[in-house]
Amino acid sequence: MTAVRPILEDDLQAYVDGELDAGRRAEVEAYLEGQPDVARRVAEFVAHRAELQAAFGPIAHETVPVELSVARLIADRRKASAYPGWASMAAAVAMLVVGAGAGWYGRGAFEPRLVGVVALAQEASASFATYASDHSRPVEVEAGDSEGLLSWISNRLKRPVTVPDLTSSGYRFMGGRIVATTHGPAAMLMYDDDRGSRLVMLMRPMREQFVPMSDQSADGVAGFAWAQNSMGYSLTGDIAPSVLHPIANEARRQADKI
Amino acid sequence: MQDMLVLIEPVIPALRRYARALLHNSTAADDLVQDSLERAISAWGQRRADGDVKSWLFTILHNLAMNSFTQARRRGEHISLEEADPSAFARDAPQENGLRHRELVNALAQLPDDQRSVILLVSVEGLSYAQTAKVLAVPVGTVMSRLSRGRERLATLLKADSGGQAAHRSAPHLRRVI
Repeated sequence: MTAVRPILEDDLQAYVDGELDAGRRAEVEAYLEGQPDVARRVAEFVAHRAELQAAFGPIAHETVPVELSVARLIADRRKASAYPGWASMAAAVAMLVVGAGAGWYGRGAFEPRLVGVVALAQEASASFATYASDHSRPVEVEAGDSEGLLSWISNRLKRPVTVPDLTSSGYRFMGGRIVATTHGPAAMLMYDDDRGSRLVMLMRPMREQFVPMSDQSADGVAGFAWAQNSMGYSLTGDIAPSVLHPIANEARRQADKI
Repeated sequence: MQDMLVLIEPVIPALRRYARALLHNSTAADDLVQDSLERAISAWGQRRADGDVKSWLFTILHNLAMNSFTQARRRGEHISLEEADPSAFARDAPQENGLRHRELVNALAQLPDDQRSVILLVSVEGLSYAQTAKVLAVPVGTVMSRLSRGRERLATLLKADSGGQAAHRSAPHLRRVI
């Protein structure tokens, strides 16, 4: 039997940044389960990382000003030596043309756009608000046709997908549908318990391979979001975050086995 | 020239973001990016052809930013958040998050330059530890220890910040800008 290498501070940082391989990550997760104080500290780092991404992320979606056009900078550099007068004239014309267009193209830059698991959690919360309250048709494909649902989802997300089994937590799978997000199609899965309380799980491909789970509860709706194997997951429900958290852990544990 | 365009352009949005997070001012940040791009274009032939263009561009920008910080300090200027314009945040940041974003920016500004850079490059720009080490010209181990100390300090600062809401309102550097 090989002994587990002791968990180092560097492992905790690498865990927060998704830089660990799956084996070491599992060891860190097992360690954190037994060390609530360390786990709290790590959860805080994970939350701050997500908050920093949410605060600064949208800057990268803004329209890039014309002064930073590489083609223009290259052209300016060439012209500066040959025809100093023309360069500034050409630049003025370019500014006018782009300025006129910027009014139209710039529109999008002022609409809220979030990134990473923070964006995913918000999309999950929107799906929860729309579909979980729907009594006539909460899901488009019911659990009875899981096979049809899974092949539909796998086709749209372009990767194999499985449905987490949450019966051990008292939640039955109801079915699901494909929903639209600003980041492309996502799979929405719905669950309910004996008292009619519903949970929504949203899944879609993500750029980041692994993002530790973070508490994204807001406006009275509990939510936990994470990413593993480049798939983002967000579990949302109208229950206490402390109740939802272990259910999210269970879903994550099952997804690890795919 | 074509490969220069194709390789540099996709990195520009991230360079703007890193510059703005460092300088708290969108005009100064874009000037810094422009300066970096001009240097990159003129030094294009000198870069290693198999090198990673993203870390190379971040290295140029980071060094220019640190040089300007050093010069400003030598001149006795103090780059304070008082001078930060509202554009320190993303233009399209949702309003309700404005105050929290300001807390984050404020806490980040109180970190030493080396810790702040590591946190931004790793957490926001998504650079790997190896890429970050290259940008900062330090060993990976140093990246890790700065990250650990920086995150610890950031957590402490944020805790102190959200500790007293009353202190918020009276602190001039937390003036709310809409």
